[in-house]
Amino acid sequence: MSTTEPIVVTGLGMTTPLGGDVATSWAALLAGRSGARVLAEEWAATLPVQIACPAAVDPAEVLPVPERKRLDRSGQFALIAAREAWTHAGAPQVPSERLGVVVASGIGGVTTLLSAYDTLLAKGARRVLPMTVPMLMPNGPAASVGLELGARAGVHTPVSACASGAEAIGYAADMIRSGRADVVVAGGTEAAIHPLPIAGFAAMQALSTRNEEPERASRPYDKGRDGFVLGEGAGIVVLETLSHARARGATVYAEIAGVGITADAHHIAQPDPVGAGAARAMRLALDNAGASPRDVAHINAHATSTPIGDIAEAAAIRAVLGAATDDVVLTSTKSMTGHLLGAAGAVESIATILALHHRRVPPTINLEDLDDDVALDIAVGTGRVLPAEGTLLALNNSFGFGGHNIAVAIRTIA
Amino acid sequence: MAASEQEILAGLAEIVNEETGIPTGDVALDKSFTDDLDIDSLSMMTIVVNAEDKFGVKIPDDEVKNLKTVGDAVAFIQRAGA
Repeated sequence: MSTTEPIVVTGLGMTTPLGGDVATSWAALLAGRSGARVLAEEWAATLPVQIACPAAVDPAEVLPVPERKRLDRSGQFALIAAREAWTHAGAPQVPSERLGVVVASGIGGVTTLLSAYDTLLAKGARRVLPMTVPMLMPNGPAASVGLELGARAGVHTPVSACASGAEAIGYAADMIRSGRADVVVAGGTEAAIHPLPIAGFAAMQALSTRNEEPERASRPYDKGRDGFVLGEGAGIVVLETLSHARARGATVYAEIAGVGITADAHHIAQPDPVGAGAARAMRLALDNAGASPRDVAHINAHATSTPIGDIAEAAAIRAVLGAATDDVVLTSTKSMTGHLLGAAGAVESIATILALHHRRVPPTINLEDLDDDVALDIAVGTGRVLPAEGTLLALNNSFGFGGHNIAVAIRTIA
Repeated sequence: MAASEQEILAGLAEIVNEETGIPTGDVALDKSFTDDLDIDSLSMMTIVVNAEDKFGVKIPDDEVKNLKTVGDAVAFIQRAGA
């Protein structure tokens, strides 16, 4: 049975370049800490880009060996974040046929695929392990979370590059809205810090080459920005209807008030220069939430620190919000986490939820010289405090190669 | 010098433990891989490949279905010349 009830967030989990859980990651975001570092691995020395934002806590420190051996690194991150989110939500009692999972990935089990290929070349087919395919398939992380929780309402993996994690939250909300599930565990994961994806992104000139100063490399909206810094990790939320949450006495963190999804049909990898598709996504999310531009207090921008992308998004935001833009506090948490690709939309939705819940916006670090084409109020320094009273609404933007645009409208719940 | 039954058992138990988390002490000669240790076919093939590496033997795919118990595997590896 479909529902028009508010869909709310009751559990949060993440493992990021800033911390192995939500509390540590959030504290680091507020402190303006960078997760970027020089890659010490031998292979990095031959690459034009030698910096990244690796997970702060290696899964090897958290998961026992048998779990690690059966999961790609992206699946390991997803399982860690899902366990945290599920526990945080109070491990809801829900029939397995009413529990869904939507865990996205941008690239899938790329490190498993490539190391299995190395094994094939070096040692022959016999040494390619039978778990190779279940580990490399992009739906592997979603399936392992589904197995862990016994989810039988449906297990899904949207793939839309860097918008994947946000699309997962949208898909999860739709599952509840349409009556397919009562509780859905949703988010995104990515583990692509490997020479091949880095070489590929570097070939597109998408990555910062500020190898000497990794902590200053991710600098959204700054004149000196020269590309994003690749990050890894996962973010997972638990969604359910407000009445379902209240009936079991769960703590409600925020409402997923609306989700806007559009496509550019402009170019396979470049954003529409005026951000028309991005603007439509934001409008749809606000319409969906029954909100107007004046209601928007905060935006966690996609802003990856690329020269073109940041400008296009800034133009799209002003096109949607008009004069109300001046009253919106923006931030790009990618300045600290780097770009988590398929996990970005989920991790940043969690950052947005926490910003509303604590009424505090984390800063955008490294913004020293604002781009002349960006007319936005961006939180810097120690971040910004949001109004202590009243309902607040925020947007989380996520855009992906392929022209995917997702805006998630998140609102405080009284 | 050929490895003893105890040495092969200990080595195999380590491989099983690393793949499945089953304590090495539970990997005894009379235990069935499927019925007692609950090892699925994917894990079994991983264990076989790792055992080939560790003991320097070949365990043909056709032979794997005959390795019902840990003792069967230990005996096969011993016969195969480990």
